[in-house]
Amino acid sequence: MTSEADIGRAADIAAGSRAVRRPMSTGRRGDQIFALTSRASGIALLAVMAAIAVFLIWKAIPALQANTANFLTEQEWNPNADPPVFGIAQLAYGTVMTSFLALLMATPVAFGIALFISFYAPRRLAAALGYLVDLLAAVPSIVYGLWGLHYFSTKMDDVGRFLNTYFGWIPLFGGDSVGGRSLLTASVILAIMILPIISSLTREVFLQVPTAHVEAALALGATRWEVIKMAVLPFGRSGMISAAMLGLGRALGETIAVAMVLSTAGGISIHILKDGGNTIAANIANSFAEAGETARGALIASGLVLFVITLIVNMTARAIVARHREFA
Amino acid sequence: MSITATGSPPGGLPKVSARRRAADLTVRVLVCAAFVLAVIPLASVLWMVLTRGLARLDLTFLTYSMNGLSSGDEGGGANHAIVGTLQQVGLSTAMAVPLGVLTGIYLVEYGDGKRLARVITFFVDVMTGIPSIVAGLFVMAFWLVALGFEYSGFAGSLALAILMLPTVVRATEEMLKLVPGDLREASYALGVPRWRTVCFVVLPTALTGIVTGVMLAVARVMGETAPLLLLIFVTDAINANPFAGPQGSLPTFIWYQAGDPNPQAIERAWAAALTLILLIMLLNLGARLLARLRKPVSR
Repeated sequence: MTSEADIGRAADIAAGSRAVRRPMSTGRRGDQIFALTSRASGIALLAVMAAIAVFLIWKAIPALQANTANFLTEQEWNPNADPPVFGIAQLAYGTVMTSFLALLMATPVAFGIALFISFYAPRRLAAALGYLVDLLAAVPSIVYGLWGLHYFSTKMDDVGRFLNTYFGWIPLFGGDSVGGRSLLTASVILAIMILPIISSLTREVFLQVPTAHVEAALALGATRWEVIKMAVLPFGRSGMISAAMLGLGRALGETIAVAMVLSTAGGISIHILKDGGNTIAANIANSFAEAGETARGALIASGLVLFVITLIVNMTARAIVARHREFA
Repeated sequence: MSITATGSPPGGLPKVSARRRAADLTVRVLVCAAFVLAVIPLASVLWMVLTRGLARLDLTFLTYSMNGLSSGDEGGGANHAIVGTLQQVGLSTAMAVPLGVLTGIYLVEYGDGKRLARVITFFVDVMTGIPSIVAGLFVMAFWLVALGFEYSGFAGSLALAILMLPTVVRATEEMLKLVPGDLREASYALGVPRWRTVCFVVLPTALTGIVTGVMLAVARVMGETAPLLLLIFVTDAINANPFAGPQGSLPTFIWYQAGDPNPQAIERAWAAALTLILLIMLLNLGARLLARLRKPVSR
């Protein structure tokens, strides 16, 4: 799932120049028709976006009105009951927790990969190694889910037991009913999935580091690490932060791999090694099949919350890049 | 960019101190370790899919459906799912590409500095971040609930088209920006109208790049599962009409087979995963070959 668009965006920051502009139409009929058609497509795209917001809100409202619990604080998800009781507290917790843990694990590794490919790998191999990491992004999430469910979770079972035995005194690793289909396993799989996104965006940022800065540092007798510390990291900081945030946005919305790996169980728990947990997106995929009228509305409402969370994260990331561009 | 290795500089300057050298070495080791760490899961996933998938991937698997079989039976195949995936992805490409390419043309050729163009660019960014399950929920609310249509492959392809659209717009935009302004001016100087310049001079120059971008977008939506789960429902039989009735698809096929306790079903899930990955890799490789074959004209 490499985000071509995100990468493209970084490239477009680099290539600021473009062609000469001229008036929209020369007044000939062919010109008018073509200009209108292309403009209409752009407007159609806006209409789709507007429709997404309108329909999600419209279909969510009746379910929210039928809800007898507080949508934001209730932990139970039971919209099929009479009267319906549902809230996203547990789901939102699972979503934020898994994504945050995934970000924590993926970011240092992703930055390491970007540094390796940009500055350490032999020049001839660099492109091929970059392609190898991008391959991670080409594997669809359903395949990660299958791998996670039937292979990786059995391995994580042992890891979980080990952590629980020796580090159980840390609340995060405590608790009983330790298993492989836990929030931790889901987080590791999410981390693997966002790794290539963060690292390829970071590589784009490193490409823009002015050669003069690097050469100046080298001329002062800096070692390779000192060059990176003095010239590369200060220049790339905002780009690296926004790369990590775009990765976070991806992790928040990821559905299928998480839905397959987690064995759904209710309740908010700090013990990430326990079997169970749930996320907003996984809950939609898992409980859609038996959803009635109200339950569908409830799922749409939870999807809306997910959309808003990812939107905020993505917009913040873009704002960081935009601000950086102004001062660069 | 490359940094030349730093040893002891010539001319009798003092050597790099042991502490600085140790820091340099530590980072080098850490960075190499990070790369190795990333390759492990990739190798593991590909190895598992290859070995477990090959056990079951044969002609029967590709040409038979699951019609009349229960999940514990031997045999059966994913033909209905392959047919469904190809049709759904084809339909979504047919919808997303014209809309996306025309929008890209508007942004680069007509929209410079206009407010509408800025708004569109902003919302393309927003659209890039839409979680796939939310796109699925929208089509469900719009197409199935509000308009009252039934589950169908087409409903799935609507959601896939939404997910493809921003990628196609971005790819078109990037490639059109690479077309030199001189080409456009030369065309105008010959008295060629603007729309013919765009269609017959600018687009052909950028075509390879746009096709590459589209192929990568197709490869990406091909593995999308979440929206399809909500929209195409489930069937074991071959349904060659994407506009009526439930359809299969490779991702949802994997989802249902992998969730089944029977080992026969899980074998089918691995084989379907291998089929899906092969399809996606084929598209990816094709796109990269095409990109290498004819690089777009640089400025």
